[in-house]
Amino acid sequence: MPDKIKFTVDGKECQAEAGLTIYEAAKANGIYIPVLCHFEGLKPVGSCRICSVRVNGRWMAACTQPVTPGMVIENSSPEVEEYRKAIIEMLFVEGNHFCPACEKSGNCELQALAYRYQIMVPQFPYLFPKKEIEAFPKFLLEHNRCVQCQRCIRAIQTPDGKKVFAMKNRSGRVRINVDRKLAARLSDEQAQKAMDICPVGAILKKEVGFRVPIGKRKYDRQPIGSDIEEKK
Amino acid sequence: MSRKLTIEPVTRVEGHGKVTIQLDDHGKVAQARFHVVEFRGFERFVQGRPYWEIPVLVQRLCGICPVSHHLAGAKAMDIIAGVAPEKLTPTAEKIRRLMHYGQMLQSHALHFFHLASPDLLFGFDADPAIRNIIGVAKSHREIAVKGVLLRKFGQEIIKATAGKKIHGTGAIPGGVNKSLTPEERDFFLKSPAPFNIDTMIDWAQEAIQLFKKLHAENKDVLDNFAHFPSNHLSLVRKDGALDFYHGVLRAVDAEGRKILNDVDYQDYLKYIGEEVRNYSYMKFPYLKKLGKEKGWYRVGPIARLNTCDFIPSPRAQKEFEEYKAYTGGKPNNMTLHSHWARLIEALHAAEVIKELLNDKDITGDNLVKKGKKKHEGVGLIEAPRGTLFHHYRINDDDQVTMANLIVSTTNNNQAYNEAVRLVAEEYISEKPEITEGMLNRVEVAIRAYDPCLSCATHALGQMPLEVELYDSKGRLLDRKRK
Repeated sequence: MPDKIKFTVDGKECQAEAGLTIYEAAKANGIYIPVLCHFEGLKPVGSCRICSVRVNGRWMAACTQPVTPGMVIENSSPEVEEYRKAIIEMLFVEGNHFCPACEKSGNCELQALAYRYQIMVPQFPYLFPKKEIEAFPKFLLEHNRCVQCQRCIRAIQTPDGKKVFAMKNRSGRVRINVDRKLAARLSDEQAQKAMDICPVGAILKKEVGFRVPIGKRKYDRQPIGSDIEEKK
Repeated sequence: MSRKLTIEPVTRVEGHGKVTIQLDDHGKVAQARFHVVEFRGFERFVQGRPYWEIPVLVQRLCGICPVSHHLAGAKAMDIIAGVAPEKLTPTAEKIRRLMHYGQMLQSHALHFFHLASPDLLFGFDADPAIRNIIGVAKSHREIAVKGVLLRKFGQEIIKATAGKKIHGTGAIPGGVNKSLTPEERDFFLKSPAPFNIDTMIDWAQEAIQLFKKLHAENKDVLDNFAHFPSNHLSLVRKDGALDFYHGVLRAVDAEGRKILNDVDYQDYLKYIGEEVRNYSYMKFPYLKKLGKEKGWYRVGPIARLNTCDFIPSPRAQKEFEEYKAYTGGKPNNMTLHSHWARLIEALHAAEVIKELLNDKDITGDNLVKKGKKKHEGVGLIEAPRGTLFHHYRINDDDQVTMANLIVSTTNNNQAYNEAVRLVAEEYISEKPEITEGMLNRVEVAIRAYDPCLSCATHALGQMPLEVELYDSKGRLLDRKRK
């Protein structure tokens, strides 16, 4: 057994095995660091920055940065929390997120983060961008809600290993692009997986919306992150 | 000097409307109109949305009776999902009925106790400071408490079937997403008094007695106020029974002769036309058979009790027989009798809720069916305020391409105008002074139909009542606020 690495999170002394990211090491110690683009089992890309922490005074993405001995990590200081809140608010204003009629409501990670951070009204003006819905045989791609986390790009491949989703354009015009021919080959299970892995309601498997009643959805019972914090 | 009276907004109704009354040089009413001054545009912005989202999206039209839009949308989507409304699983249909009758109970209780009872208990000329639900709570505490709890009971039924009291997700294309657990069912059947269904049935019956007592004391006003002949339209069950959830379309004239004889509502466009007029955002529907001038009709409680042959629950049927006997079996055209009709319906809703709660299917687990997809569907339901039409088309990608909604309040549009004109002519014409009580009478006439203007224009908002007086050149002479 290699020696465990010692570090602190918000002053609490923690230990973890070497080779873990800060996110994973904190989780092993019952500490929740919010993530949106990261998904367990996929290679982290650190694109959304919601997992930002301050390490020895410097900003780092907890989902990509390996934990090292002696790290002093700030996870819940007001400054870190405000920073994350601003990112969540920016995601809301740069898309068109109308939770009331969204079938992902209750299962949506962005919505759950907004509840956790008690966001009532974003501090930034809404941009109301004009975006469209694209239809594919098994699913709809609702660009109004996409946060460009790239989970679908990393997770969904055809049986022969080809990626179905990709990024297109740059900066403010960046969007998810779908290979129509490959998308037509997706099975029901893969379409369901794409919908499940999407943190928001951007990928909608056809004809299954609202099947789970209110009260039984993922975040109806407990807030996002509380499953990790319960393991303290 | 001619004058124009404006009542804006009309209070104790849902949504935002105004009334204008134009007086000529002799103070005689030259024109009286009811304007709906809000605009919403749901029919446009549902375009492009996936069809299974419609029941949840369109219910946002309204916070008072969202269940109506939820279910009308779901019924249209049943057709699109290839499942005829009669072909739903027994559990799905009964859960939807329970949700809907729960809403009927809560909405009718809200209207009678919170919105209408202040006028009936205190009189049309009473001080507006007490002529409201708080005034009722102070001087008629028992009535107010019953009103609040009847409404709460209906709301709890909605929560148990749709997941939330307002804007739930229970109905999905081809069925529902939940049924009742035995615990949920027993909560309504067996909770200690007063919060159980037996008490609610008793209270609904007491509310009818209260109306009858007020009627005996004020027969002249309640019978003659805004009494006008009209056609009446509603859904009825295939055997002619009162049914709020599903059936065929029937219309009768002021004498009770059938104009539409139990037709399939999927073909509603064959029978109903809509006219646009330049002073209101609300359209004017009419029966094509009679044309724009004569084809207008009333919907809602008064129309439903005029079109149906009987009520399929014992206590409500007994009340219905007494109600029908009052007009000798002929259609009832008395505006303020809509309160009587509404309370009979509330009693019926409570009785049906009990029947459904005692049905074993209500806790079943066969919830959804699927059939061969169609590209077009019409959903019709009797909302608390009257017949509600939802009509959609979708494309091959499952996205909505067309939506047409004719809501209950829109169906009653001409009836409001007729009622406003009659009341203005009787109470305001050629009077030396315009009092608040006179203007309230105009509102009482509108209120009797329980309009929901937010729904009808597919803003929610409340502003103080404002009355403005103009001279014939349009100059503002006086403005009063309350």
